[in-house]
Amino acid sequence: MAKVPVQFTLNGSEKAEFIESGTTLLHALRDKIGDTSPKGGCHQGTCGACSVIIDGELRLSCLTLAETCSGADIKTTAGLAEGGVLHPLQRAFLDAFATQCGFCTPGMIMAAKVLLDRTPNPSREDVVEALSGNICRCTGYEPIIQAVLTAARANSQNAA
Amino acid sequence: MSLALQTFSSVKDANAALQAAGARYIGGGTLVVRAANEGDVSVSSLVRVTDPGLSRIAVSGGKVRLGASVTMAAIARHPELATLAPAARAVGGPAIRNMATVGGNLFAPTPYGDFAVALLALDATVVTEDGEIPIETFLAGRDTSRAVVTAAGFSMPKAESFRFLKVSRVKPKGVSVLSIAALLQRTADGTVTAARIALGCMADRPIRAKSAEKALLGCKLTPQEIAPALAAASQGIAPITDPIASAWYRAEVLPVHLGRLLLD
Repeated sequence: MAKVPVQFTLNGSEKAEFIESGTTLLHALRDKIGDTSPKGGCHQGTCGACSVIIDGELRLSCLTLAETCSGADIKTTAGLAEGGVLHPLQRAFLDAFATQCGFCTPGMIMAAKVLLDRTPNPSREDVVEALSGNICRCTGYEPIIQAVLTAARANSQNAA
Repeated sequence: MSLALQTFSSVKDANAALQAAGARYIGGGTLVVRAANEGDVSVSSLVRVTDPGLSRIAVSGGKVRLGASVTMAAIARHPELATLAPAARAVGGPAIRNMATVGGNLFAPTPYGDFAVALLALDATVVTEDGEIPIETFLAGRDTSRAVVTAAGFSMPKAESFRFLKVSRVKPKGVSVLSIAALLQRTADGTVTAARIALGCMADRPIRAKSAEKALLGCKLTPQEIAPALAAASQGIAPITDPIASAWYRAEVLPVHLGRLLLD
């Protein structure tokens, strides 16, 4: 299989790789680039574990071909912490016991980040809607919802 | 997975490439990449078109034209398409809606394709390089279609005349038990003068509830007057059975939900 060049920005850093044509972004990130924060769950667009942010929009990396991302700005959970300090969402997930096995957590956090970027003070319904494409089999969602609301409150207090 | 992706700037070149055995068109990827991930070896190459015209939404003179690459998210947030927003929001979760396209939804097998149900009720036309065909003709032949769909067009419905309902077990996102879209023309006193009702999950693709449409003519939307239409709704249906619901269940609850939609 012929290899094709792919070049994009990942968490602020330029990445350039040769990949097999038809490779999903999920595989490119995990197997070629070494960013294992997006998780491969269902590979069918159902569980949301592989969610990443591409050009500001939440997308499923398991259903996105890496070749279609040339020139894109991609963000994953691995790029959220800055200078060793966790992102408020990451901190809130830890503090609210919103992770159990942790497999869904990166996807949940990316979905929540898109929400908070656009809606800094979301309602509970906004959070439920934003996370509706992400499946968790451990926590029962309530701690996750509370973590996102907590992070939103922390953000608004910091901004005030 | 071993798939060769071919990217074209024009629909014409993509149409030529699609004639090759094993070639499939890729829009948002939510159907074809999923199929490949599942191990569908009938797909050996993917064809896409980067023409920005395919992502264009045009609303003018009461007519709407949705490019085939327009996403459900783009429809849901478009200020002039608020009437259609419930149907667009019925598709998947936020990430899927950022990827799923109008063109792809026309090919989505049941229980997916909720937006196509809305397009069927709206009497849309499906556009390819060969011209425009009625959506019912397109849906009937979609399994053997080899031409790139470039757009869907329809007349903008008045807000009060278009209704959409998706029934699912998980809220706010869940696979359809069934979906219903209705386009109703009524006189000032509320009498139905024209009706188009489209059903999802009541066959292997969106279908019309023609008996119910006929029974609604001349009726006002009251429980008594719509009763014959609800009784007729199950004529000609062949619901699917899947892990979400059995065919029997879907047939049983169809009149209930159609009644709720009409009386809402």
